Amino acid sequence: MKKAPTGIAGFDEVTGGGLPAGRPTIVCGGPGCGKTMFAMEFLVRGATDFNEPGVLMTFEETGEEMTRNVESLGFNLQTLVGKKKLFLDYVRIEPSEIQETGEYDLEGLFIRLQHAVDSIGAKRVVLDTLEAVFSGFANEGMLRAEIRRLFRWLKDRKLTTVVTAERGEGALTRHGLEEYVSDCVISLDHRVNDQISTRRMRIVKYRGSAHGTDEYPFLIDNKGFSVLPLSGIHLDHKVSAERVSSGMKDLDVMLEGKGFFKGSSVLVSGTSGSGKSTLAAHFANQTCVNGKRALYVAFEESAAQVTRNMRSVGIDLGRHIRKNLLHFCAWRPTQHGLEMHLLRIHDLVEKFNPAVVIIDPITNLISANIHEVHGMLMRLLDFLKERQITAMFVTLTANQGAEEQTEVGISSLTDTWILLRDVELNGERNRCLYVLKSRGMAHSNQIREFVLSRNGVRLLPAYIGAGTVYTGSARLAQEARERAAAVVEEQHLENQRKQISRKRQLLESQIAVLRSELLEGHAAFERLSQQQKKRQGLLAEEHAAMGKIRGLSSADKAVTS
Amino acid sequence: MRTSKTKAQSPKSNSAAPQSVASASAKGAAVILELRLYVAGQTPKSLIALRNLKKICDEHLQGRYRLHVIDLVKTPQLAQDDQILAIPTLVRNLPQPIRKIIGDLSDTQRVLVGLNLRPQANPRES
Repeated sequence: MKKAPTGIAGFDEVTGGGLPAGRPTIVCGGPGCGKTMFAMEFLVRGATDFNEPGVLMTFEETGEEMTRNVESLGFNLQTLVGKKKLFLDYVRIEPSEIQETGEYDLEGLFIRLQHAVDSIGAKRVVLDTLEAVFSGFANEGMLRAEIRRLFRWLKDRKLTTVVTAERGEGALTRHGLEEYVSDCVISLDHRVNDQISTRRMRIVKYRGSAHGTDEYPFLIDNKGFSVLPLSGIHLDHKVSAERVSSGMKDLDVMLEGKGFFKGSSVLVSGTSGSGKSTLAAHFANQTCVNGKRALYVAFEESAAQVTRNMRSVGIDLGRHIRKNLLHFCAWRPTQHGLEMHLLRIHDLVEKFNPAVVIIDPITNLISANIHEVHGMLMRLLDFLKERQITAMFVTLTANQGAEEQTEVGISSLTDTWILLRDVELNGERNRCLYVLKSRGMAHSNQIREFVLSRNGVRLLPAYIGAGTVYTGSARLAQEARERAAAVVEEQHLENQRKQISRKRQLLESQIAVLRSELLEGHAAFERLSQQQKKRQGLLAEEHAAMGKIRGLSSADKAVTS
Repeated sequence: MRTSKTKAQSPKSNSAAPQSVASASAKGAAVILELRLYVAGQTPKSLIALRNLKKICDEHLQGRYRLHVIDLVKTPQLAQDDQILAIPTLVRNLPQPIRKIIGDLSDTQRVLVGLNLRPQANPRES
C-alpha cells in the first residue's frame, strides 16, 4: 500500500510510512486535542519536504487566523501560498444569513476544491473541520449524501486527505463521519492527570496496513507535532559484550572487574544522601575521561551546584563541560509533562550523541501514575538501547520500608540495579552499596561500605558477623579489636615456643648424661672382659708350666684342658 | 433597470416592512436589490431556480432589482470570493446586510422572507 509521509516526527514510524496515499483519513478528537496542528503539519511538511502541494480548506478559522496560529510552529503559510505550494480557502458558514428554499447541493464546495487543487496541482487536502457544514445546513440527508460524494471525489482524484472531526458522545465523531471513511481513522486525546496534561494518539483503524495499536503520547511544541513511537513493536536491540567502567575501580571489581555492559541500563537507587549522585558523577566523569560524551539530566540540582559538590569528592566535572564532553541539563520536573521531558531528552540525544545518559533522579518524574512513568522509561530505554547508549537512572527511595518493593515497576526494566543503603549504628550513619542484580554477569553478592573521601569513592569490604554489618567506627573498632587479639595470640605463641625450647634443652642435657653413663658402662665391661681374658691367659700359662714341671705328655694336656 | 417606484410597489411596506427597506424608503432613496444567482452549469436545479427567481422578481420586484447569474463552472474563483457552498445560491448583496437564499427557490414566501421583503417571526423557521 502506498503511503504519503506526513513528516511528523514519529508518526511515520508508527504507521510504517505515513497516511494512506490518495485516500482520506479522519483525525478526530475533542477540542484542543491538536487535530488542526496535525493536519497543518501534514500539509506544510508535504509542501516543504515532499514536494506535494496542498489545499487547506478551513471551516472555522480564517486563513489569517490559521497563519497566525501556526506561526508559532515556525510555519509560514503566506510564503508557501506565494510559492504556490499551498492554497488557503476559508469556507464561511453563517447560518443566520442563510435561508433554505427548496432543493440544493454542495456543488459549490466541489467547485472550490477543484479550483484550489487545479491552481497549485495539489496532492494533499485538509478539511478542517468539515463537520461545520452540519451547523450551516438543515437538510441532513442531503449533507450525508454530499459528504459521501466528497470522499468518493477525493479518492477518485487520488488526493491524500486529512479530515478533522470533533469527538462525539460515544462515537468517534459527532456526526459519524467515520462511516464514510474506511481507510484510516486516527484519534487524538488530551487529558489532564495530576495537573499535568498528556496528549495521546491512537490509530483506530488503518485498512491494509500494519500499525501500532497503542496509545502513543505526542506533543506539540515549537517544532510542531511529535509522536513518541519509541517503543518499537519489536524487542530486538543489538547487544554488546563491550564493557564500560563505572568510574569506580571498586565497583568495577564487583561487576566481574569490568563494569557495566555498553548499552545497558543501570538503576541506582537509595535513600536521600546515600551517595547516588556521587556515583552518577563518577560514571559521567569516567565517560568523559575516556573521551566519550555524557548527557547529564538533573532534576534537582543545577549544573553549577553538581559541579561544585562533586569537587568535594575530587571530581572536576567543569573541565568536561568546557570541553563539551559533558552536557548538563537542569530541568524542573514540573516544568513539563512526561512526554515533553522525554522528547527533550530525545532531542538532546539526537543532537549531542552521547555514549552515556544519566538521569538524576528519575523519581521526581514519578507522580501518582507509575504506569505512565513505566511507559516513558520503557520508551526511553528502548531508544537508548537502540543507539547503544548506556543509561543510568537514579531513583530516590523512601527512607523506610522495603526499597525492593517500591521500585518494582522500574527495576524490571533495567539491567543492573545498584542499591545504596544507609546503615545506622553506634550513633552514626554509614553508606552501604550492593549490586542487587546485573544481567549477564557474575556480579558480587557482597555488601560493601561506600566511603566518600576527598579523593573519590571507595568501597570497603564490610565486616559481617552475627547478622550485623559493621561499618564506620564500628568497623574501625572491630579492626582494632582484631588487631589486639592478634597481638595477644602472638605473645602466647612466643611463650609456648620458649617453653618448648627450654624443655628441649633440658631433655638434651639429660640425654647427654645418660649417654655418657652408657659409654662408661661399656668401658667398664670392656675392662672386665679384658681382665678376664688376661686371667685366663695367665691360668693357661700356669697350667702349661705346671705340666712341664710334672712331665705329662701332650695327650694328657688335652684331657686336663 | 433603475427605477424610483420603490415605495409604491413594495408590498406591505407601509405597515410592517423590514427595516432595511423601510429606512431606505424613508429617506426616499431608490432601493435597488442587487441579486446574484450562483449556479453550476445548466443543471435541472439551477434552471428551476432561475425560473422561480424570475417569476418572483416579476411579481414582487418589478424594476427594483438587478440580477446577475454566475456560472461557477466558468468562474470557479468566485465561489471562494463570494463564499458560495450550496448550489444554487441566491445572494442579495445590496442593500446590506448580505442575505443568502439557497435551494431552488420553489417556496416563494421563504424567498421573500429571505430577501427581507416579508415580515417574519423567525428567519430560521423550517
